[in-house]
Amino acid sequence: MIWTAFTALLSHWRYRPLQLATLLVGVALATALWSGVQAINSEARASYDRAASVLEQNRFDQLLSRDGKGIAIDTYAALRRAGWNVSPVIEGDHRFGSVRIRLIGIDPLSMPAQARAFPISGASDLAGFAGGTVLVVSPRTAERLGRPEGLKVNVSADLPDDAAFVDIGLADRLLGAGGALTRLVVGPDQRQGLPPIAQIAPGLALQPAGETPDVTRLTDSFHLNLTAFGFLAFVVGLFIVYSATGLSFEQRRATFRTLRALGVPLRSLTVMLVAELMLIALVAGVIGVVLGYFIASALLPGVAATLKGLYGASVPGALSLRPQWWAAGIAIAVLGTAVSSSQSLWRVWTMPLLSAGQSRAWARASAKALRLQAAAGLVLLAGALGVALLGHGLAAGFAVLGGLLLGAALLLPIVLSGALWGAERLSRGALTQWFWADTRLQLPGLSLALMALLLALSANIGVGTMVSSFRQTFVGWLDQRLAAELYVTARDEAEAARLREWLAGRVDAVLPIWNVEREVLGQQIQIFGVADDPTYRDHWPLLEGTADVWDRLASGQGALINEQMWRSRHLQPGQTIRMPGGWDVVVAGVYSDYGNPRGQVMIGLDALTRHYPDVTRLRYGLRIAPERVADFRRRLVQEFQLPNANIIDQAALKTQSRAVFEQTFSVTGALNILTLAVAGFAMFSSLLTLSGIRLPQLAPVWAMGVRRRDLALLEVARTVALWLATFVAAVPVGLALAWVLLSVVNVEAFGWKLPIAFFPLDWLRLGGVALVAALISVFLPVRRLATVSPAGLLRIFANER
Amino acid sequence: MNARLRLAAILAVLASLLLPGLGWSQGFAGLGTDAQGFAVPERGKPLAFPQDHGPHSDYRIEWWYVTANLTAADGRRFGVQWTLFRSALRPGDAAAWSDPQIWIGHAALTTAQRHYVAERLARGGVGQAGIDMSPFAAWIDDWRMQGTEAAGDLLAHVSLVATGKDFAYRLTLDAQGPLVLQGEAGYSVKSAAGQASNYYSQPFYGVRGEVVVDGVPVAVTGQAWLDREWSSQPLAADQTGWDWFSLHLASGEKVMAFRLRDGGAGFTSANWIAADGTPQPLTSGEVLFEPVRTATVAGRQMPVAWHVRIPGKGLDITTQPLNDQSWMAVSTPYWEGPISFSGSTTGVGYLEMTGY
Repeated sequence: MIWTAFTALLSHWRYRPLQLATLLVGVALATALWSGVQAINSEARASYDRAASVLEQNRFDQLLSRDGKGIAIDTYAALRRAGWNVSPVIEGDHRFGSVRIRLIGIDPLSMPAQARAFPISGASDLAGFAGGTVLVVSPRTAERLGRPEGLKVNVSADLPDDAAFVDIGLADRLLGAGGALTRLVVGPDQRQGLPPIAQIAPGLALQPAGETPDVTRLTDSFHLNLTAFGFLAFVVGLFIVYSATGLSFEQRRATFRTLRALGVPLRSLTVMLVAELMLIALVAGVIGVVLGYFIASALLPGVAATLKGLYGASVPGALSLRPQWWAAGIAIAVLGTAVSSSQSLWRVWTMPLLSAGQSRAWARASAKALRLQAAAGLVLLAGALGVALLGHGLAAGFAVLGGLLLGAALLLPIVLSGALWGAERLSRGALTQWFWADTRLQLPGLSLALMALLLALSANIGVGTMVSSFRQTFVGWLDQRLAAELYVTARDEAEAARLREWLAGRVDAVLPIWNVEREVLGQQIQIFGVADDPTYRDHWPLLEGTADVWDRLASGQGALINEQMWRSRHLQPGQTIRMPGGWDVVVAGVYSDYGNPRGQVMIGLDALTRHYPDVTRLRYGLRIAPERVADFRRRLVQEFQLPNANIIDQAALKTQSRAVFEQTFSVTGALNILTLAVAGFAMFSSLLTLSGIRLPQLAPVWAMGVRRRDLALLEVARTVALWLATFVAAVPVGLALAWVLLSVVNVEAFGWKLPIAFFPLDWLRLGGVALVAALISVFLPVRRLATVSPAGLLRIFANER
Repeated sequence: MNARLRLAAILAVLASLLLPGLGWSQGFAGLGTDAQGFAVPERGKPLAFPQDHGPHSDYRIEWWYVTANLTAADGRRFGVQWTLFRSALRPGDAAAWSDPQIWIGHAALTTAQRHYVAERLARGGVGQAGIDMSPFAAWIDDWRMQGTEAAGDLLAHVSLVATGKDFAYRLTLDAQGPLVLQGEAGYSVKSAAGQASNYYSQPFYGVRGEVVVDGVPVAVTGQAWLDREWSSQPLAADQTGWDWFSLHLASGEKVMAFRLRDGGAGFTSANWIAADGTPQPLTSGEVLFEPVRTATVAGRQMPVAWHVRIPGKGLDITTQPLNDQSWMAVSTPYWEGPISFSGSTTGVGYLEMTGY
């Protein structure tokens, strides 16, 4: 009996395969986007964690010098001799030819075993390692490095790219550290009764274990962004599930009634329905997780490029399959289905045994509920405004985003309803009035799909505006900043000296691009030296600065800082900062520095070489007439046999930078399209649902003489009207979103603020795409309506319920 | 004679970072390899003090090795080991992080119930470990062997400090006899093929101080033995390990005796040291070793009790360890612990076994 009843219930789907497909696709899409985004996030986070624990030994406490000058060997020895189990590290960036590598010099003897990142197999390996002739790198880095002179490259698959473990002696030599230690790793096992560190080494500060590495903090915003996208898609997917289950329940009311009348207990019926839903959720969940895996795999290289471009974070381009990820994906599918079908189930549970089926009852929101929804929307918008005015930090930025989007979505039905009411009042003619009134009647059933569309559209407009504004600013900034025509990197200091000599008189100006990496205000940053040259005076884009900025820089009294440092440190021009080595410099100006996650200081070239005589002097920008570039480049190659990678002209560099930029935002574009696709599908499934149950409303109109074809056209017109209204509403919401992204989230996430620019053509293109999606989604229901047999319409009157 | 190749250390350090089991095919801890540019001990070249108390960085390996048999007022017995090894990646010294010298410390405290072990590793050139002369000091991290004399016999009075996870000790050592040169005036042969080391000892230390076991300090007294040895290639390639004894006889005489094991009969050697410090090297075959009891130690069978005979001196004793499980679980593990003996005479001493 139970089995028979169950098959009777399931037979519903056999007659409505499209509805089943809608439900499956809804759950699968929601699961796919959500779990795909989660997979990307967890892969990236795992890679940061690995990098942090491998490269920075961040599972352990660390000691850093307070003045940023490095830790003296004597301080290390004093700590060891007092009984402290600490291990020294010297690290910094080093260039092997044209390849820049982060060198981490460790002492394999004192490094706690738990902090060792790679195995050394065999005594001869250790002798080689401690003997200072071995680099241990990842396979990819080994490929890039080739064979550095006098060094042996060992490969360890566990290491992140672009970093090399070397013996501390080798790091000391290559980085010219003069024995100064970057940090001390504090071992996990310390004996009792040690004298306090502050007493032995008062110049050191303790950084507790597990402190989030910079890169994790920096990339948080990006992952939050992805999560937001994923969640948006998930919610939209649930809208689909909600309408599909609602419809299937509604259509089976008669079946339920019959089954109940035949003696199937309510409890059994409910259990059967739950079982049916869970079955569907499981199947769709598995499909979704598989789909999500492919989405994540397809997006991950782009994400890796983004993270590299924006933050310099290294994430592998391949996805590893994690079992917990499968479980989470299927769980979210089941949970999502449960949530979105709970209302329908509740209706079945409370349905009086012999109650008549109420057409559209499931979709009719009461006026009270609508008012509540509007109030909630207003509260959310007000909250978003409040947080935008008063809040700080990335979380606040995203709270504003969330409030804005959700509030706007909740308000949409009210606004549309008002607009339709207005249109109804303004229209003349019975048919037109009926058209508006009927549209308004349909609004509750369509409102979820329209809300989904609004979310997708405004997210698209907002993110698109941000990316385009960023692109415009970035390209303009590149043009100014890349003023030199040719950029040359010598392979070693001797070659650099010959290069300088050879270049003198042959070019209009030689601009050294020299920098050291030091700690300023507790942060590891780059300090650049700039020559006193009109190139900078004329071209360098400054955000703030006194009139005599460049004179003060040339005299060694002033410094320029980048926007990131200016904002994060709340520094003002005129303020003094203490530089490593114990000298002071006045902030003379601020320059924008897009694409760089870290702080930067520029000082006069003389000041740089005076205070940091160990600076590597390999890179130069050359000013020459643009028409001479190609020829000059050839002569340069002839004279010095420099590899191609060491000579880059301005055009190539700009192309490269733009390519990096575009790649950086390719993921955003892909996610935009996916969300829009899901929203389009939501609209399709809603219209399909409505078309199936709207005959009772259309039949009287048909009976009064309106042809089926005209009715179908009216349906199309209705869809277009709703689309237009939603799209119009999406534009301001999208622009508000863009403003939040540019002025709040970007400042928090990257440290730079961008001017907003408007690109109406982009909106039109987006609107066009959405219109096409709306028209496609209305096509099937309309065709059905246009071809419904008169008998079908007549039957409405016969069956009037 | 002699050879107390406990060296462990050395390249063995190396082993610390490595996989377990370099294997014994090349001798214990890689000691059976050739000298590769390092200096080698020369027969007939006299030792010179105080310089030879200090490091010999042209030699591959070297150690400052103290073992002590101690007793508390209530009769409880303890053993203490304090060792500093030097192992060179290349001959010579260099500044700061480029220094090729690696230092290894081993410290142990043995009670009848437990054997406490700690190990320290350091590289030279940065002040983390090394040797000072005048007054003498050998140190690694906070472990220290500190002399009080600025001239004369620098090792006459020294203090000894080491701390491990659950133990510590602070001892004062006073020499009650002279330094003893092992082998031929400090030239100690280690194999029939002629491998040798430079080797001298101070077996006459009287000891006072305290040991701390699980946080509880105990006052102790007793006697200690210092070994100093340096070489570059102390073992023959087929020698796989050794059993080494230092014995404080009730008569005040001291005996150092060892057996180097190889595929055949092995190479045995001993030094009979009179109570006034006069050494009498014995030839291979004059000392006989015979295991009388084995125990499972760290998963292997080890002969922890021995029958030792030197018929020419009327010595016929059976040794028993204070603790069967005196296993030095360090980078290159070995057995080292206090023993006592009875038979033709009584006394205490230390036993070291490697390569099992």
